[in-house]
Amino acid sequence: MIRSELIQKIADENPHLYQRDVERIVNTIFEEITEAMANGNRVELRGFGAFSVKQRDARIGRNPRTGEAVEVEEKHVPFFKTGKLLRDRLNGKS
Amino acid sequence: MSEKTLTRMDLSEAVFREVGLSRNDSAQLVESVLQHMSDALVRGEQVKISSFGTFSVREKAARVGRNPKTGEEVPINPRRVLTFRPSHLMKDRVTEGNKR
Repeated sequence: MIRSELIQKIADENPHLYQRDVERIVNTIFEEITEAMANGNRVELRGFGAFSVKQRDARIGRNPRTGEAVEVEEKHVPFFKTGKLLRDRLNGKS
Repeated sequence: MSEKTLTRMDLSEAVFREVGLSRNDSAQLVESVLQHMSDALVRGEQVKISSFGTFSVREKAARVGRNPKTGEEVPINPRRVLTFRPSHLMKDRVTEGNKR
């Protein structure tokens, strides 16, 4: 399923809404999650999962081609942990 | 930077502000979005949201695990797990936003 298919499903269920509003709604949800993480916050959606930011420490990396050592700065990466309900549903429980 | 936790309520508030539906309808729509994504994943489909990321279901084979406390061997059944791969755009925004 891709973004446009998700939008279509929501639009089909809500015939009273304009398609362009459904697009804005779906886009707002994903934008809000990304924005929260960019601000260093967590987004916890019970039953679905939680989005958080993990810190990766600075390290000495290596250019795989030349073998040369390079400094890699500390950085922050997005992380998702599946919620219990969804994890159970994926495995045919509940 | 003090870390906050956002919930469904914050997402529906954002929808409410953006589109001007009632708070109730906004909450309902957030729920529908999560529900449709979950249903697709349970069917084994990938959920690919451009410029956000991709959720995919992976099959894990059975293996023998070990209780780390007692050292006892325990069988781990085959199972399906969900992985999320953030898009480059999201990674860049999260990296940039958290730089000090």
